[in-house]
Amino acid sequence: MTSSDLTINVDSVSQWFGDVQALTNLNIQVPKGSITTLLGPNGAGKTTAIRMITGALEPGQGTVRVFGLDPASSDGEEVRRRCGVFSAKPSLYDRLDGWDNLRYAAEIYGLGRNADKRIADAASTFGIDAALDKQVGGYSTGMKTRLALARAILHEPDLLLLDEPTSGLDPESAVSVLSLIRDMTSGGRTVLLCTHLLLEAEGLADEIVIMEHGTSLVAGKPNDLASHFWPAPQVSIGTTGGDHLVLLDTAAGVLSVSIDGDRAMLEVEDITIVPELVKTLVSAGAAITTVSPFVPNLEDLYFAVRKGRESDDQPPPPVTASTGGQRRSRVAAAAAPTTRRTGQESR
Amino acid sequence: MNWNQAFTVARTDLKQLIQAKDFWVPMVILGSLFFCVVPLILLTLITQIGSVEVIGQISGALEALPASAQDQIQGDTPEAQTGYALAVFLFAPVAVIVPLTISTAVGAATIVGEREKGTGEFLAHSPAGAREIYVGKLIASLVPGYFTTAVGFAVYSLIVNLTVGPQVGGWFFPTAQWWLMILWVLPPFLAICLSLVLRLSATVKSTAAAQQASGLVALPLIMIAYSQSTGVLFGAGYMPIIVGAVAWMIALFSLNRGVRSVTRERLLGVAST
Repeated sequence: MTSSDLTINVDSVSQWFGDVQALTNLNIQVPKGSITTLLGPNGAGKTTAIRMITGALEPGQGTVRVFGLDPASSDGEEVRRRCGVFSAKPSLYDRLDGWDNLRYAAEIYGLGRNADKRIADAASTFGIDAALDKQVGGYSTGMKTRLALARAILHEPDLLLLDEPTSGLDPESAVSVLSLIRDMTSGGRTVLLCTHLLLEAEGLADEIVIMEHGTSLVAGKPNDLASHFWPAPQVSIGTTGGDHLVLLDTAAGVLSVSIDGDRAMLEVEDITIVPELVKTLVSAGAAITTVSPFVPNLEDLYFAVRKGRESDDQPPPPVTASTGGQRRSRVAAAAAPTTRRTGQESR
Repeated sequence: MNWNQAFTVARTDLKQLIQAKDFWVPMVILGSLFFCVVPLILLTLITQIGSVEVIGQISGALEALPASAQDQIQGDTPEAQTGYALAVFLFAPVAVIVPLTISTAVGAATIVGEREKGTGEFLAHSPAGAREIYVGKLIASLVPGYFTTAVGFAVYSLIVNLTVGPQVGGWFFPTAQWWLMILWVLPPFLAICLSLVLRLSATVKSTAAAQQASGLVALPLIMIAYSQSTGVLFGAGYMPIIVGAVAWMIALFSLNRGVRSVTRERLLGVAST
């Protein structure tokens, strides 16, 4: 990917606040027209990264380019004019009504005569238009979030920077906001979404960057990252009482087995051998209760990355399924006996 | 300089101030007290009731005025002369104390307030420049003080002319020195004060700290402005113009330096100093 394909290119950026190092050699590449999600726990440096991107903060070390421009230079105004920012705190004027809050942003962004229509459209998009004449201090948290989101898109920015956009929203509103975020990229707009909620990013992110302690641990497309951490197919097989699961350990094509009670998580060379494995168990007298492929979700990926980081970058074994292969218990996984063989041995 | 952005920042701050009754009601009371209530009571006491004791005391004090000031006093009776001197000379500090107090109170909260409420985050990410934000905040702090003074000055003029005017041969107020003070001398003192207060507001950690520190800064400035404005009213010739010109130069220098105090880091509250 060339730099011209990127809307944001954060290259080896470090930042200190006094003695505290907030960012350490941070790298983030955000392709044009994509939704990129910054995932990380509180204090990972996501908000500081956004502040660097708009030029609100100047990096201590490294370079930041947005639309090919340096936001910390005199180009900063141009960058900020093309960015729409939703901060973790809605940052609204409580004494003013909703309309005045949006009008203020419209004038700061120089919308001029189009302002009224844009304000009405943006408010309508987030369903806050009926409350625009009310003082913001009387808004609920959800209403404030919607108003702040409307403000972020008011000037039709090329780049949307959203810091925890669904915090404080009820589940229904959160789903609706995430759907709107997806719609926004259809016009070629780029979105950078910061969140610590894995479900929020699930299915939305084209690219993910997992951050911790001010640095990026991994970055890439979710499927590519999943392939990296789980190169072989995974399957969960359950039997009544866990009888005969040990047979799988010596079965052909099985790379590793992790048994936890009445379930086994297998890493196999090819998913097509699963019927044969089931047949082996049934022949031995086992009563099969579940057979489920393990499809790693973002939560699995996130914890795998963090666990890998803790154990010197070694990816952990897949975790054990608890129900139907989709939800897994990490406690059980940690306790489960695991045998791992090389591909050669298994043949 | 993008004046649209600066005026937008100022207008938004002023709108919020209008909504904040708990702030402007005491300020209106302060202005009313200094510009209306106290002058009305004193001038009525002297010109209408003719309290011999009060007139005697004030007449004695008038003898201490400079010759240039004594020459300006109009009126044929002791009541008229005392009323004139009170109206023109002794209430001069009112025109200084009220705007400086109000503007200091507004200015102290303006930048640190953005940070405390979290709205500084919006400004920091916006295309508004630091200079535009600073000028906007300056206007928003200056307007309430100066507006109160302008209204108070108009009301005060009316009271003075109605109570003292009939005894000195008609409407006489504002005098040329008062015009000079209100239009030429007061604004730069207000600007000097606000340049310091805004700098404090940008650097301190909380509104409470800003109010405390601004009070300390404003007090000596009020005393200087008080003495200078009194001198302007007493003085003759070019004195008021010179005092105003010097104050303007200091004000412009101080404001120019003050612009640097507004940074995006400070709006976000992450600046080290």
